[in-house]
Order: sequence, then C-alpha cells, then structure tokens
Amino acid sequence: MALHHITLTVNGEFEQVDVPSQMTLLQMLRDKLALTGTKNGCNAGECGACTVMVDGEAVNSCMVLAVECQGANVVTVEGLAKDGVLDPVQQAIINHGGVQCGFCTPGMLISARALLNRNPEPSEDDIRAALVGNLCRCTGYVRIIEAVQEAAKRQKALN
Amino acid sequence: MTINAHPELPDFDYVRPATLMEASQFLAQHAGEARPLCGGTDIFVRMRDGLWHDRYLVDVKKLDGTANLACDAAGLTIGAGVSMNRVIAEAAVRQNYPLLAEACCSVASHQLRTRATIVGNLCNASPAGDTIGACLVLGGRLRVHGTDGFREIPLEGFFTGPGKNTLRPGDIVTAIHFAPLPAHSAGTYIKLGRNTWSDLSIVGLTAFGYPDETAASGYRFKIAMASVAPTPLLAHKAQDFLAENPPNLQSFDQAARLASAACSPIDDVRSSARYRKLMVYQLTKKALQQTWEKLTR
Ligand SMILES: Cc1cc2nc3c(=O)[nH]c(=O)nc-3n(C[C@H](O)[C@H](O)[C@H](O)COP(=O)(O)OP(=O)(O)OC[C@H]3O[C@@H](n4cnc5c(N)ncnc54)[C@H](O)[C@@H]3O)c2cc1C
Ligand code: FES
Ligand code: FES
Repeated sequence: MALHHITLTVNGEFEQVDVPSQMTLLQMLRDKLALTGTKNGCNAGECGACTVMVDGEAVNSCMVLAVECQGANVVTVEGLAKDGVLDPVQQAIINHGGVQCGFCTPGMLISARALLNRNPEPSEDDIRAALVGNLCRCTGYVRIIEAVQEAAKRQKALN
Repeated sequence: MTINAHPELPDFDYVRPATLMEASQFLAQHAGEARPLCGGTDIFVRMRDGLWHDRYLVDVKKLDGTANLACDAAGLTIGAGVSMNRVIAEAAVRQNYPLLAEACCSVASHQLRTRATIVGNLCNASPAGDTIGACLVLGGRLRVHGTDGFREIPLEGFFTGPGKNTLRPGDIVTAIHFAPLPAHSAGTYIKLGRNTWSDLSIVGLTAFGYPDETAASGYRFKIAMASVAPTPLLAHKAQDFLAENPPNLQSFDQAARLASAACSPIDDVRSSARYRKLMVYQLTKKALQQTWEKLTR
C-alpha cells in the first residue's frame, strides 16, 4: 500500500498530509485534519452530505481520492464564515429555519455557496437543480430554497 | 468503529504515469489488475460494492491533452478528463451541440458531474448511460491510445454487452470527437426515470434530425435507445423508414413501432420489460415530434 505525500490548501491553511491511495478526501478531512463538519451520509455519491468545494467546484468528497487533491484549494463548511461573520447562506438558513437535525446542512451550504459563486442571481429552478444532489430528510426543502433566495438578495445588497 | 452505508474503498495503488505511452504500457503489463481512472464515479461504487478488485488505478485525466475541450471549425473534441460540468458550461457546446449539453445535464447531480466524464460514461458501457445516445446520434468517434500508438474508432460498434466494450488491455480513450453538425439540425433527449431528477433511466430516448437532399424524404433522423437492451443502440429500421417516408405524425408513429420492436428490455428494479417496450414506442413518437418542431421552427 503506497503512501503519498500531498500538499494542499484547506480553508485557506496550507496542509501537508500523508495519505494512502484509497483514502477519500472525505476521510482525509475528517480523520486526518479533524474537520468533522463535512458528513458521511452514504459514502456513495448519492446524498451530498460530504459536499466540499475543490478549486471552486462543488464535489462529493466521498467520490474523490485524497491523493487527487495534490495542489488543490479545498473549502469545507468550516471555511465559510470569515472573521467570525457568517456567510450569507449560513445566516439565511438560520433565519429561515432551514436546519432541523443538521446532518445535511454542511453539504447544503457548500452547494448553495458554489451556486451563488457561479450564478449570483439564480432562479428557483436553478436553486432546485443545484441542490438535487443534497438530500434532506427533515425540512422538506422549502425553507432551504427560501434561504438560498434570501442569501442571493443579501449578497447582492452587500456587493 | 465507523458504520457507513457503504464500506470504505479497498486497498489499491494509485498510479499517475507521466505520459500516455507509459500509461498504456503499465495497463497492458498489468492486464486484469489495473484500470484507467477518470472521474471514478463508476469505479469507486463498484469497488465499494466488492464487484471490482483492481490492484492499480491509473489516473489518465491529465495526460497529454486529455484535459482539453476544443470546439472549432473542425468540430468538437472532448478530452477524457473533461468533466460533464465543463461540457455544460462551455457556451460553444450549448450553442452548437445543445443535445450533448442536455444529455450531460440529465446525469446525477451537480456535484457528481464535477467529476463524471463523458468518456467514462462511454467506457463504462452501461445500457443506461445518459450521454451515450447523444454521442451515438451525433456520430462520435473515439480517439484511443494503445501500446501501438493512436487509432480512431467509431462509437457505433464499441459496445459489446452490459459493461463491455471493444477496448484491449493498454487502451486509453483520450477523447471523443464529433464532426461539425449538418446545417439546421435539431435533437431531443427524453429521460424517463422514477423521479424527475437524478435517477438512472427506465428508458432514455434520443432523437436527432436534419435536412438531407440525398434522402427520399428530404430528412434524416437518428434514434438512440438506452436501458432497453444489453447495450445502448440505434434504431436502424426506424431511421431507414424515416429516410424513405415524409416526416409526419403517421410516419413518426410507424418509426416508433419499429424502434419498439428493435429493443429487447429486461425486468429490473426500475421497471418491467413490457412497460419499457411501451414507453419506447411513446417516447420515440414524442422525441421525433419535438425534434420536428425544432427543425421547422
Ligand atoms: C450517485 C450516482 C449517480 C449516477 N447517476 C447517473 C445518471 O443519472 N446517468 C448516468 O449515465 N450515469 C450516472 N452515474 C454513473 C457515472 O457517473 C457515469 O457513468 C460517469 O460518466 C462515469 O465517468 P467517470 O469519469 O467517473 O468514469 P470512471 O468511474 O473513472 O470510469 C468508468 C469506467 O470507464 C473506464 N474508463 C474511464 N476512463 C477511461 C479512459 N479514458 N479510457 C479507457 N477506459 C476508461 C474505467 O476504467 C471504468 O471501467 C451515476 C453515478 C453515481 C455514483
Ligand atoms: S456521503 Fe458523499 S454523497 Fe453521501
Ligand atoms: S436537516 Fe436533517 S437531513 Fe436536513
């Protein structure tokens, strides 16, 4: 079993990690870097609880090998707030009660952030399409979608 | 102890060769225990399910141009390492090959499409592969690198059974190429799933048409069917019928009957075979009508 030495940026911090070939990005974040905000729901690319951004793009971290992230810029839910100020998607999901058990929330927030980065004024259909891969067993989605709509407005007002 | 819905990946070695030749030679030397890796979205699922036991995964995503996407006068070339999201985001693809962008959009979720590739979808050779129909009707050709160097093979004939294709040990598909499309062409992809979003298809129906003076009817249509036979397939009899008979509701109905007769679906968790056959008839009619509307708009 080969160990690979990789360097990458996680939430703005430079990291060096030794990872075996079969270790996923999800395992590395949780088990090596103690970033347990990112959740393991299915370990199969289905549920989106493990969603993080790699080089600005939302991915299922259970479907990416850690070794493939050499040189990458990774953002997890822990990296969304800046200087103690919540990201607009975080604030909006609180305001709208879009969190119940919270297991889906880290992935949901990252998918929403990635959406607003590529499309700052999404329609409701755009939001639904962007969140198709984030399953929530509690909220019924309506409040989450409203939260993303509010975050888009809030972000526009800030810029 | 961690209890996961799916187990962690088994042991293997991740290999990233420096060149295509090195990669082909490694794959050939380790035939049966090494596999090319693109996005891994099929590979990781199969390995976790204990169905595949490869000792080596050979990452081919960034080798010698496999990460390139080019759309110009020579047509469209999509490298093996190009994700479906990159294909969808490319304005020239949406403009000139909208059917391909539409097919990519129907796959899984945004996050998964950041990793999933068209070439991986083709090489995986699932009868349900959502981008295969578009690649077949648009006449895609695969660029393949083996231990003897490069060759090109048409996509039609590439699939030999569920999960099986004509690649040999050492072969790496580096890209899929499409010639510029005929003028005034149009296409439609209809994916029937158990839900509207993100499920594998019960039936996937792709239709593509364009004016052609060499056809008696003045038009040529291509029809590809997914999830209704051991491989995705073109409905040749229906296509020939439409080249001979003027495009109208009656001929679309007859072509849909021919398409339905040509498929050989099975019963599985997603649907019964009978329902699939009936839906091929309905969806072929619908896809042809929608394509015709676009052609005459
Ligand atoms: C949750 C989930 C949902 C999905 N939903 C859909 C869906 O709706 N529709 C759909 O069509 N698919 C779906 N898929 C399947 C999958 O995402 C696609 O088949 C994907 O396009 C495969 O591409 P990849 O780059 O990830 O391939 P990989 O997993 O890397 O490879 C797949 C196969 O092709 C071979 N291969 C890959 N690249 C090459 C190459 N360059 N040369 C030679 N051989 C190669 C590999 O060795 C392997 O055998 C889903 C998968 C998951 C996990
Ligand atoms: S844990 Fe990765 S998608 Fe469910
Ligand atoms: S809040 Fe419980 S799964 Fe979404």
